[in-house]
Amino acid sequence: MDSVTLIAMASIIAAGLTMAIGSIGPALGEGRAVQQALSAIAQQPDERNTLQRTLYVSLAMIESIAIYCFVISMILIFANPFWAHVIAK
Amino acid sequence: MEILKSNQISPDQILIWEWWFIKLNATILYTWLIMAILVISSWLVTRKITSDIHTSRSQNFLESVVSTLRDQIREVSQDEPGQYLAFIGTLFLFICLSNLLTIVPGYIAPTASLTTTAALAISVFFAVPLYGITKQGVWNYFKEYFQPTFIFFPFHVMGEISRTLALAIRLFGNIMSHDKVIGILLAVTPLFFPIIMQALGLLIGLVQAYIFAILAMVYIASASQTHEKGHA
Repeated sequence: MDSVTLIAMASIIAAGLTMAIGSIGPALGEGRAVQQALSAIAQQPDERNTLQRTLYVSLAMIESIAIYCFVISMILIFANPFWAHVIAK
Repeated sequence: MEILKSNQISPDQILIWEWWFIKLNATILYTWLIMAILVISSWLVTRKITSDIHTSRSQNFLESVVSTLRDQIREVSQDEPGQYLAFIGTLFLFICLSNLLTIVPGYIAPTASLTTTAALAISVFFAVPLYGITKQGVWNYFKEYFQPTFIFFPFHVMGEISRTLALAIRLFGNIMSHDKVIGILLAVTPLFFPIIMQALGLLIGLVQAYIFAILAMVYIASASQTHEKGHA
């Protein structure tokens, strides 16, 4: 197996694993955050605006971890520096 | 018409015009387009502005946008919104328009390029100490970096840098991923399902613009309010 095949294989597998493992944590965290926010809204419907704003901001911050994983897997697939290095040689 | 090829992740890679060392890529072109739309439309509306009861439709729209922005800024900062409105409002309107225009065919959001989002995040990075120092003075602002003890100085600096990075990557990742997901879905389930994803993308774009503006406001407020809280 030459190095081109090896790098392509490793990149694709790593991209898949990055998304698979990296999305577990944010998914669980977002579920918990939404659950808490919904029960808080159910208890205090008057505070809905504040709760919603805080929920959106915190959801975005939790989701950004999954987005980092996505960016890394996109870089591995579309703009892989190791792949470009080997191809250029 | 395919503008962004499927193996490119950034509109920076599309060169539209090149002369010597000056290169005009799609990101710059669409940024100029958005700037032109924002400036010309608000100039057209504010040219014939009235304080009458009967306002024009467009003036009514802009007034509702500005008053919503002011309300949101006031709620987050617990302060007079006028001083922050220029910066936060510009960030929100620019990101919002650049995300929402993705529904126009042939257009690529400049926020789908890391250079644009990094520029926006760096402007937030410099706006935080500017507002902090004008609000509470040089000494009080830099004193915050050494709270509770001087050992915490590197952690404060690292926090500043990493949250700027997070701000840039979050916006870039969300908008770029939306483009890519639609491209992949077009290959798998064409015609109907990508339309739903486009609608979802509009919502994501709006929410991301809102979050970027609110987070910038939270950072600025946290830098400029600590002193007052100590006395309250």
